[in-house]
Amino acid sequence: MSVTNKLLATLVIVALLAGVNYIFEYGFGDFLINPYYARIVNLIGINITLAVSLNLINGLAGQFSIGHAGFMAVGGYAATYLTVYYGNRIASFVGSTLDAGFGASVVMVLSLLTGAVTAAAAGLAVGIPSLRLKGDYLAIVTLGFGEIIRVLILNIPAVGGATGFTDAIPITNFFWIFAMAILTIAIVRNIAVSTFGHALTAIRGDEIAAEAMGINTTRYKVLAFVISAALAGIAGGLSGQLFANPLNPQNLNFVKSIEVIVMIVLGGIGSITGAIIGATTLTILPEALRTFDQQFPGLRMVIYALLLVLFMIFRPQGLLGRREFSLSWLRPRNRQTAGAGGV
Amino acid sequence: MIETSSSSVSWLLDVRNLTKRFGGLTAVKALGIQIAPGTLYGLIGPNGAGKTTVFNLLTGQYSPTEGEIHFDGARIDGRKPYEIAKRGVARTFQNIRLFADMTVVENVLAAHHLRTRQILADAVLGTGRHHAEEQETLERAMKLLKIFDLDRVADKPATSLPYGSQRRLEIARALATGPRLLLLDEPAAGMNPQEAQDLMRLIAWLRDEFRITILLVEHNMKVVMGICETIQVIDYGEAIALGSPREIQQNPKVIEAYLGGG
Amino acid sequence: METVLQQLINGLSLGAIYALIALGYTMVYGVLRLINFAHGDVYMLGAFAGYFLANALQLDTNPSIFGAVVVTTGAMAICAGIGILIERLAYRPVRHHSRLTSLITAIGVSLFLEYGGQVVFGATPRFFPQMVRSEIYSVGGVQITNQNLLIIVVALLMMFGLRFIVQRTRIGKAMRATSYNLSVARLMGINTDFIIAFTFALGSALAAAAGVLVALAIPRIDPLMGLMTGLKAFVAAVLGGIGSIPGAMLGGLLIGLMETGLSATAYSTYRDAVAFAVLILILLVRPAGILGASGPEKV
Repeated sequence: MSVTNKLLATLVIVALLAGVNYIFEYGFGDFLINPYYARIVNLIGINITLAVSLNLINGLAGQFSIGHAGFMAVGGYAATYLTVYYGNRIASFVGSTLDAGFGASVVMVLSLLTGAVTAAAAGLAVGIPSLRLKGDYLAIVTLGFGEIIRVLILNIPAVGGATGFTDAIPITNFFWIFAMAILTIAIVRNIAVSTFGHALTAIRGDEIAAEAMGINTTRYKVLAFVISAALAGIAGGLSGQLFANPLNPQNLNFVKSIEVIVMIVLGGIGSITGAIIGATTLTILPEALRTFDQQFPGLRMVIYALLLVLFMIFRPQGLLGRREFSLSWLRPRNRQTAGAGGV
Repeated sequence: MIETSSSSVSWLLDVRNLTKRFGGLTAVKALGIQIAPGTLYGLIGPNGAGKTTVFNLLTGQYSPTEGEIHFDGARIDGRKPYEIAKRGVARTFQNIRLFADMTVVENVLAAHHLRTRQILADAVLGTGRHHAEEQETLERAMKLLKIFDLDRVADKPATSLPYGSQRRLEIARALATGPRLLLLDEPAAGMNPQEAQDLMRLIAWLRDEFRITILLVEHNMKVVMGICETIQVIDYGEAIALGSPREIQQNPKVIEAYLGGG
Repeated sequence: METVLQQLINGLSLGAIYALIALGYTMVYGVLRLINFAHGDVYMLGAFAGYFLANALQLDTNPSIFGAVVVTTGAMAICAGIGILIERLAYRPVRHHSRLTSLITAIGVSLFLEYGGQVVFGATPRFFPQMVRSEIYSVGGVQITNQNLLIIVVALLMMFGLRFIVQRTRIGKAMRATSYNLSVARLMGINTDFIIAFTFALGSALAAAAGVLVALAIPRIDPLMGLMTGLKAFVAAVLGGIGSIPGAMLGGLLIGLMETGLSATAYSTYRDAVAFAVLILILLVRPAGILGASGPEKV
């Protein structure tokens, strides 16, 4: 796709998102969106960002990290902090208020930017020491870092501590959630088909061999880790500033990290479309089982756990394996080996 | 240590006093290797003699306890593997290490691609990709595969190939990095005598065709005698003989250490 | 000085609990290279099993050492069975899949036990009956409860028992062989499936014992009690050197001491983070752990 085409596509997408966002907030004629369903759609969008970003490091690069919730937390809290303590000032600086669309948008952009940068810094701090380790050790070390981040945040009164960041101002809406989700998908997909991405898959295939072929494995791993963390931070910023959805350290623990892992495993680790499907399914499923949950309280999560185990036993490669759904723009450029060179 | 002439010939690879100790075990002891450009050099010895350890020292997986390694005039001991690879040293592995879940051609492309630096922004934004360049890279990869008779299976998963083909693929991949020095770790292992002979002829041809220097490690003497110009024999990490194949064959120490290794 | 000694005793008894649980982690990792995430929940099940047994024997009205022994052995037996069941039903089918798959399976089992526990036992905490009449000994200004003493002594006995089994019996030798190289052990005629099941049984029994012992000092039990404790015991195993039995014991004691030490300072809210900070430090400095075997990766 040429640069002009890409620009055009971006504009079309932005227009579409803005349109849907309008409908979400104001309805279409007499038709009003059920807020319950709207919320689920919003949660799906956030989870897509989380899952696809995690897929970059866990799936593409094959580095097993269980610390994603930690980066979501760091980014989310930083983003929310900016809005809560500086939002009004920023909005009035651009001649608007936080209640107005323009003001809120400016603040949102800055807020998410803050979230991304802080999460990226955290990713760097965690990644550099951790990515020396492999396999199980990397998993535990990232788990440890995630928990440390959580405990540290718990002890900061300015962001709410154990009760959560309830002071958050709800500036998140459909537009921003899905704009970021699409951005995440675009970024991860671009990386996947680039030289950088190939280096990552080589590292996943055999790290020692990759190193012997001239790849600076540490550098590439850390880079992927940082990008993944930044995107998780954005998801955190969106999540924490969604209406009635404050960030809470109790919810941003390793269980949350594992939930995101389950999303990408369900869809097929390494597959971007798989991550999207997994995120969607695992957002809808608990809600779909909610009525069931009222009759048999608690059983819903037991079934979830049981299904997880059964899934691992019978279909560990996930729904899509490593393949992408065959929309050609989503798949890495096809290698036409039949026509090339070989005579 | 075998005395080598320290003349003013510029060696492509110049190793002096190479020693590696793992705790109480001395795996390599005061080894010297001097390889002139374009040579086919053989390092042989019985199993456990320390040959792979030498390789790992040369390619940066291990750091020498003592000694120096010079490649093309620069010192490379203690450097990271990817730095050494970038300087033009490529290797294969004794236990095949292909890139899992990649196809045959992807394995070769990976080795080639990675010598091209890419700006991160290009990767993330999806810009900077030149279709013509990629086609050219693909053609080069396919030509390389054809040399190793692997072009027909280019799209198969690399690990689905028979053992002998996987070994050849590893060599193809190493060649794809465009090295000056190619290190082959027991390339004929597990092959029947005919396959081994064919491979050896291919290796000699590669040296001529690509004008590279090759250091070969083997424990099968017969296989190596045919093509190497210089052979060094080591046992228990120490050098015991150095010379032409004929000299080696007649060396009593070598005969004593191990003959009949093939 | 008395407070230091006091904290030392508390730390040792907490450490003993961690050590018992850590042993299960380390043994399973030794034979299967699997991090058994569900192990902490077996500890929780041990506590609950003991709870029901103790109530059945009406120990709160008639506390007795004999009763306590029955409860402990009963809980250990039950959990040994549970451990075997988990291995057979959940882990064996995925044994030849990737490490990631096994890890997620273990996580799934853990969640199953936790949520299942909440459904079956209810989420509200219960209180373990007093199995042994509480007594406090005063030694040189330091208060030592008999609970602390019991915990430390019983834990030590069990650890020695384990060491005896592993070092001095045939089955122990088979365990060690399997942990060095499973496929070779099988080729040597060892029934590795049985050994693995046995390892799980042993580890689970020790975790159950820990669950009952901890209830002596802290009678409050709930279905999620295994989450944090299990995680910290796992850190202890890694600290000591995962796969090493003396390592697990050492790691457990160290974590217990560190945690108790920090509780006594002004930074007690960071107590949970201590274990993880230690974990990270050890993995960065010496991933093999204090007593683990380290060596370069064979290329």
